[in-house]
Amino acid sequence: MSRRVWIFVLAAPVVAAAALLISGGRSVTASAGQAPASSAEVKIDNFSFGPTTLTVAPGTTVTWTNRDDIPHTVVSDDKVFKSKVLDTDEKFSFTFTKPGTYGYFCSIHPKMTGKVVVQ
Amino acid sequence: MTTKVKDEILHDHNHDGIDRRGFLKCMAWAGTGALCVMQGGVLKSYGLSRLSDLGGRAPAAGELSFAQISDSHMGFNKPANPDVAGTLKAAVDKINGLSTAPEFLLHTGDISHLSKPEEFDTVDQILKATGKEVFFVPGEHDVLNDDGAQFRERYGKGAKGAGWYSFEKKGVHFIGLVNVMNLKAGGLGTLGREQLEWLEDDVKHLKHSTPLVVFAHIPLWTVYPDWGWGTDDSAQALAYLKKFGSVTVLNGHIHQTMQKVEGTVTFHTAASTAFPQPEPGKAPSPGPMKVPAEQLRSVLGITDVNYVRGQQALAVVDSSLA
Repeated sequence: MSRRVWIFVLAAPVVAAAALLISGGRSVTASAGQAPASSAEVKIDNFSFGPTTLTVAPGTTVTWTNRDDIPHTVVSDDKVFKSKVLDTDEKFSFTFTKPGTYGYFCSIHPKMTGKVVVQ
Repeated sequence: MTTKVKDEILHDHNHDGIDRRGFLKCMAWAGTGALCVMQGGVLKSYGLSRLSDLGGRAPAAGELSFAQISDSHMGFNKPANPDVAGTLKAAVDKINGLSTAPEFLLHTGDISHLSKPEEFDTVDQILKATGKEVFFVPGEHDVLNDDGAQFRERYGKGAKGAGWYSFEKKGVHFIGLVNVMNLKAGGLGTLGREQLEWLEDDVKHLKHSTPLVVFAHIPLWTVYPDWGWGTDDSAQALAYLKKFGSVTVLNGHIHQTMQKVEGTVTFHTAASTAFPQPEPGKAPSPGPMKVPAEQLRSVLGITDVNYVRGQQALAVVDSSLA
């Protein structure tokens, strides 16, 4: 393999790893020639969403994981997205393509609210 | 508590021999398994172990006895209680052992934990052992994924809207309300306009001397708004009940017993048969509270309610599963 191609192939996983560190996401796939997908996480625990406000770039997939010992849901205030019931360790993902502020709450425990800001 | 205590009547507003101070004092004892009985104009308390002092009462004509259970959360299996079926069975044993047999049961919701058919089936199976009719209202855990369609199919035959209804037993009017549907972000429980209009109409023609028992899952008074423990439009509901001489409100949801008396309305919440929750503000969140295994049954319980015709206030007694 020529050196140029070698560096290119090496660069892609490095960029992917950097994206991983920045976004804290887990599901990152990168192959030579492709820009890495970005992802972000919200942890549900103790009747709250953490972080309560999450700011991401358009195209980010946000994954909510329920770490609480009681089920919760993730329901958009404006009907943009809605999870099924998430028991402990279950997840829900949604990819935000349009910029905007997306408020959401748990429909079982409506005092639990959160926000995803896409910009 | 096994000693007899006499209380002096200071202000007898309802002319039934119980004043607010005496009633509240009695209700505080109820958490330890005491029975408060009006006899000869004097409020007496008896430990549950000395119920034979009351003459092993069988219900007389004009007397009504029923039991309330709540928050069975069938399907829950985390450390706070890995065997909710076992503790529900213990509650059934407690009910079957009451000296005055209840005529029927009220279940104030969160029957299931995840609205799964097998969870409802298991509760139905276990409650069959009481041999009693059970009247249900849903909790938020019972209406997941399908807007309550399954709940209504199982327990809401003849009910209106999201599952509200009323019925009469021995001259006492029972009203089952649903305050767990269409919850809004940041909100509390809610009854909604359709249900409130139905309620106004339902009680319109009742004599004001008719005792009312209103049962719903989330408390109909504001216990702790930060944790969603309240109903945003319950004041409107209570306004329709203002003229009645005896209103008993029975709720669940908070997994601990709590009572409040406001004029002619007595509010009471039941313990869960599954797991306890912390007292308002005593923990970062209202989730399942772990206690040492040998203490679990002492923080779970049932509620026994007795009404004697002619007396204003219903006797509401909690007993734990210990």
